[in-house]
Amino acid sequence: MIEYEAVIGLEVHVELSTESKIFCACPTAFGGAPNTHVCAICSGMPGTLPALNREVLRYAIRAGLATNCEITRDGKFDRKNYFYPDLPKAYQISQLYLPVCRNGRIEIGEGKNKKTIGIHEMHIEEDAGKLVHDPEGNCTLVDYNRCGIPLIEIVSKPDFRSADEVTDYLERLKTTLQYIGVSDCKMQEGSMRADINLSVRPVGREELGTRTEMKNMASLKAISRAIEAETKRQISRISAGKPIKQQTRRWDDDKGVSFSMRSKEDAHDYKYFPEPDLLPLRVSDGMIEEIRREIPELREARRARYIKELGLPEYDADILTSSFPLVRIFERTAGICGNAKEASNWIMTDLLKLLKDEQVAPEDMHFPEDSLGKIIRMTSEGVINRSVGRRVLTELFGSDTDPITYVKDNGLAMVSDQSVIETAVDRAIRENEKAVADYLCGNPKSLQFLIGQAMRHLRGKGDPQSVQKILFEHLEKRR
Amino acid sequence: MKDENILNMTALEVARAIRSGDITSPQATEAVLSAIEEKDGELNGYIRVFGDRAIARASEVQKQIERGALDYPLAGVPYAIKDNICTEGIPTTCGSKMLENFIPPYSATVVHDLERAGAVSVGKLNLDEFCMGSTSETSFFGPVKNPWDTTRVPGGSSGGAAASVAARMSFYAYGSDTGGSIRQPCSYCGVSGIKPTYGSVSRFGLIAYASSLDQIGPIGRDMLDCAAALNQIIGKDPADQTTIDTVPIDLSAASEFSGKGLRIGVPEDFFAEGIDPEVEAAVRKAVHVFSELGASVTSFRLPIARYAIPTYYIIACAEACSNLSRYDGIKYGYRSQNAKSLSDIYVMSRSEGFGLEVKRRIMLGNYVLSSGFYDAYYKKALQSKALIRKAFDEAFVKYDLILGPTAPSTAPRIGESLSDPLRMYLSDVYTVLPNIVGLPSASIPCGFDRNNMPVGLQMIGPYRSEQTMVGAACLFQRSTAYHLRFPEKRGEDA
Repeated sequence: MIEYEAVIGLEVHVELSTESKIFCACPTAFGGAPNTHVCAICSGMPGTLPALNREVLRYAIRAGLATNCEITRDGKFDRKNYFYPDLPKAYQISQLYLPVCRNGRIEIGEGKNKKTIGIHEMHIEEDAGKLVHDPEGNCTLVDYNRCGIPLIEIVSKPDFRSADEVTDYLERLKTTLQYIGVSDCKMQEGSMRADINLSVRPVGREELGTRTEMKNMASLKAISRAIEAETKRQISRISAGKPIKQQTRRWDDDKGVSFSMRSKEDAHDYKYFPEPDLLPLRVSDGMIEEIRREIPELREARRARYIKELGLPEYDADILTSSFPLVRIFERTAGICGNAKEASNWIMTDLLKLLKDEQVAPEDMHFPEDSLGKIIRMTSEGVINRSVGRRVLTELFGSDTDPITYVKDNGLAMVSDQSVIETAVDRAIRENEKAVADYLCGNPKSLQFLIGQAMRHLRGKGDPQSVQKILFEHLEKRR
Repeated sequence: MKDENILNMTALEVARAIRSGDITSPQATEAVLSAIEEKDGELNGYIRVFGDRAIARASEVQKQIERGALDYPLAGVPYAIKDNICTEGIPTTCGSKMLENFIPPYSATVVHDLERAGAVSVGKLNLDEFCMGSTSETSFFGPVKNPWDTTRVPGGSSGGAAASVAARMSFYAYGSDTGGSIRQPCSYCGVSGIKPTYGSVSRFGLIAYASSLDQIGPIGRDMLDCAAALNQIIGKDPADQTTIDTVPIDLSAASEFSGKGLRIGVPEDFFAEGIDPEVEAAVRKAVHVFSELGASVTSFRLPIARYAIPTYYIIACAEACSNLSRYDGIKYGYRSQNAKSLSDIYVMSRSEGFGLEVKRRIMLGNYVLSSGFYDAYYKKALQSKALIRKAFDEAFVKYDLILGPTAPSTAPRIGESLSDPLRMYLSDVYTVLPNIVGLPSASIPCGFDRNNMPVGLQMIGPYRSEQTMVGAACLFQRSTAYHLRFPEKRGEDA
């Protein structure tokens, strides 16, 4: 029996998170009522012209540098011509001949499974609108809000052999792009989409088989399932002596099967030619160096540093560096409280639990970056005790309120006034004669109970050490 | 002052008369509107005339002038603009059924410039459909007629603009020039016009024919008017990244320009086969005027000129087929009532909405860009463009200006060209060269043929040489009277 392997290449479209669109001043914000983020330019009105948002070029170069690409010094834009209702000019401004970046790479896998995936090229283009099928009106509507959102298309080399490699690559690409702040890479909102090119061949053979393309995959799970299903489909056809047709297929994730959309024969002739409305792109060494300096320390380097220099456990370092919002809050928190391990502990236990309970992704977290650091500092300075700290975190999570103000306004500061604590301890002893007797008989658990009671009278704000000390003294007097 | 006397003034004279209080902007506007009323029924130069709206605007401008709030050189003077330049809230048709009811939601940058300068628009001018034509016959709104002889065409595609200036239905006008669309109608109608250096004038709001060639420019009764009109619209525009910084033309320097030391080159290739002997005689005589005025005139060879027409039509049609793809019947413009599917909407709306010449050029453009043909046509055209640029760079080391005929003949009769598109394309043989490489170029009247039809002299200069070109043209017009003749005075000697 012949053993087959899949050969897979990816084209990943990533929406850049610039404030405004690529060729006009409309906002790029996701959502918004249909056709509200639209002007004469991005809706392709006659006579309008594109004016390049220079930030887009900078973002694309940043993405290229972070993935070890060569940056094209003299680039240009080209027109890709085709008719579709979501494309109001009937051409897409893209880059065919001189893409902004070329010949990059991303490392995937761990240990002896480490592998380099080549990036063939990365080019800049504008996104199209969205068609919305209105089942009630029995018609198709078009929303141009997405028209002109800047995209980079990252074309990999056909270096993948399995779905796992593909998802590993996508995870790493996503993390890198988030680290450098060029995209939020939210697959569910379509800001990261992948097309999969896949063929199979007998293991050991050099030449490639006929490939199919699956377009616009919008979740890692779907990608994984689609790759596995398509690999199986192709192998079973070849084994049965049937040919593979070069075609574009649509993956139906609900049904778990793909369907042919169009074959090579009806492929478009896009009639590319140089875009006459835009100037050639000149990229200087100075510009590249300036952008290179803007690139933060990336995940692998940061993870290693956390372990080595900050002494964090590997597991913690792994989690903390897994998304850039976590990195930012961790480093800010550590900076404010002056203790990286303490910051890490609070994030790993308390903050991540809150994110999980509220089902919020780190990038969607609404919480001032200073807040956690301030809370930890208040506990280490003895302003509040640890359990009040936890309570403050839970209560303030998702709000802009300053924790210091909150503690003050709500009278949460720790009570260390001797006489107040003594009153509370007296009352705990008076109201719990049995526990006192147990303690005196040698039951240490009773001490904890009595501390708890005293704390309750102090509404949780007692300085735990003082409470314990005073209670201990009072109990010993009774012997 | 009587309307007739007002109408015989140049735009700069009208502006001075308004400033000095001899006439008012509404008066000048009324005069133009009644000339349009009287003549345009026959000439068909306008697609849309702003009657009350123009008067209201003139009154408002007049008040500002009287307050001293407007001192632009052409403030208060009525003008007209080609109907491929977008005007917010006012239909902009490109002379096409496709855009018959298209109302732009914004105005072109030049329209804003003109509003700021206190110009008063009287209407929108007829043109070849999407500027595709050299006769102004392909308009969905009917052909424009030549004011000198209404059985003849006014040239194109800015035929409405040239005819309106020649017939005194406007003091000055703006057209657009992709391959001669300003200069060739100026030649046929006996008026002056400039195709500026590519990038001098913003194209934002100019409905594209061929983006790398299109440029808006002025048409006037003499070159000084053209220069004043051009000054109102030049400058870098963030909305059009192909624009360049441009220095305004100094009108007083232009009026004192001396021919001494001016080096003129005359490409003999422009007088090869196909040129009307009467046109050749008039142009040679005009060149002689320059040498009498102190210029040195040298003949030279420009063999690359033979590639002008194929290079131009390949580039222009390629860009046009892409630029015109947006007219798909989906968002605006004509949609076929018979369409039953998405593919029907595209095919039927475009088949019914575009005229014959537009469809011909869309097909040509698609052909030269198709995979398999791109290298043989489009790529070759780009190579040819590089050679043409090199030839001009070399010529402009030796010459300050290149002179020659604007068109090989005077205006043909209506209907003659439609049956033979290739012959019509060849009428652009001299004018397309400057567009291909972005050079400034002008046409000024330089004689008449035996049928009393005007002949044009084309001037081509190096990049940003408008000051020299306008100076030389003004010198010529101070020494000759061709530009002072107009259709009603036909028969009188220049």
